Amino acid sequence: MAKKPIALIFQENQEEHMAVKRSDGRKYNELRKMTAKIGVVPNADGSALFAFGDTIAIAAVYGPRKLHPQHMQNPSTGILRVNYDLLSFSVYDRKRPGPSRRSQEISKVTEWALLPALDLESFPNEVIDVQIYILQADAGTRTAGINAASMALAHAGIPMKDLVCSVAAGKLDKELVIDVTKEEEDFEKGEGATDFAIAKLANSDEFSLLQMDGKIQPEKVKEIIKLGSESCKEIYETQKIALKSIVEVSDE
Amino acid sequence: MSSMETTNLTKRTLERMFSEGKRFDSRGLLELRDIKIEYNVSKKAEGSARVIIGKTEVIAGVKLQLGEPYPDSPDKGNLMVSGDLLPLASPRFESGPPGFNAVELPRLVDRAIRESGMIDLSKLVLEKGEKVWTIIIDIYPINDDGNLIDAANIAAIVALKNTFFPEIIEGKINYEKKTSKKLPLSEEITPISFSFFKLGDSIILDPTRETKKRTKLLFPQKI
Repeated sequence: MAKKPIALIFQENQEEHMAVKRSDGRKYNELRKMTAKIGVVPNADGSALFAFGDTIAIAAVYGPRKLHPQHMQNPSTGILRVNYDLLSFSVYDRKRPGPSRRSQEISKVTEWALLPALDLESFPNEVIDVQIYILQADAGTRTAGINAASMALAHAGIPMKDLVCSVAAGKLDKELVIDVTKEEEDFEKGEGATDFAIAKLANSDEFSLLQMDGKIQPEKVKEIIKLGSESCKEIYETQKIALKSIVEVSDE
Repeated sequence: MSSMETTNLTKRTLERMFSEGKRFDSRGLLELRDIKIEYNVSKKAEGSARVIIGKTEVIAGVKLQLGEPYPDSPDKGNLMVSGDLLPLASPRFESGPPGFNAVELPRLVDRAIRESGMIDLSKLVLEKGEKVWTIIIDIYPINDDGNLIDAANIAAIVALKNTFFPEIIEGKINYEKKTSKKLPLSEEITPISFSFFKLGDSIILDPTRETKKRTKLLFPQKI
């Protein structure tokens, strides 16, 4: 990788809180600018775009539809199938086309993150396909993908208990921050960077994704989850506004 | 339902309407839908573009890499066009190994760009036989409502025209910094494809998905 500009500057002799200054000037609990849009793929039964700053995810939902091959069908419930991938040019070092180990892992955890919000019992033998593609990547792609997919599922009219909201919290040296960028993910000073992806059902304390890269003190885990949960409320509002906007347009 | 095939009845109706010079969306037989073009839609690519024709949407991105030239052209840069029919874009596209259509699309775009001589590949050489630029164009449909090939072609061309070289530090690419240098593109040559389709005795341009299903591709035309 090429040389990085100085991502974060230590501010010495400052108050204990926020010894780390974020390069984009955000507060520790401030999300990047969110963009949420419904209906970006007219062919799909439901679709949405969700962006955290420069990270842009699009999701399309097809189904419920009959699952083939037949032996994969489940007569007691519908099945959720998620596919996540990066578009080749969405990252600096071009990603080879086709599924990678990374994309397979993220597809699976995204599926697990969305499933608790869905009620698929009324769709026996059927499948709901969720396709997530990252148009532009600047860290937090899986969380942006989950937010987009959750909106797309709602747009497709799939019975849901709740929307799923997701965000990557992080720890830069000793400071907890929300919604880390790629630049922050590569932070190396002090204790280094920790990336903590969270997904939860919006109106409950049910978490459906907790993934961590890096190190963190056990007592800080609760704090980081609380920080993530607070941000999920903002994400939920953004998702709701986008979903409501298409209803209002068709009402007029 | 979006996944429904067009019926024989639709085919007969189309045939009749075409013979009268009419189309479902009241266009003329050789009239295109409105085309919307945006560029720089993905910042991490060296160049990118989005083309929307009616409800068809295609995104193309250009990445530049340093590599070795092919043995049979040591004094030329490399060009690669790839792409996939994402299952995102249509209920008809499936995951897995690419089918014929997924292979055909980037192939046609590749030939239009390569054979037209739009890019002067000989100007992409850093050290003859050793180090050249490789241009990789990736094309992805976001929504397929017919005429993907022409949309893909425009997207690839616009992305190329909007491509800037990244900075090179000590022989390595620094993708984070783009220079103001553009690709060595011809001023005169711009390959644009027009795909003509045939049904009965009628020839039409820019079919929607429904129409395309029932017509036959004649040949892609270049200028």
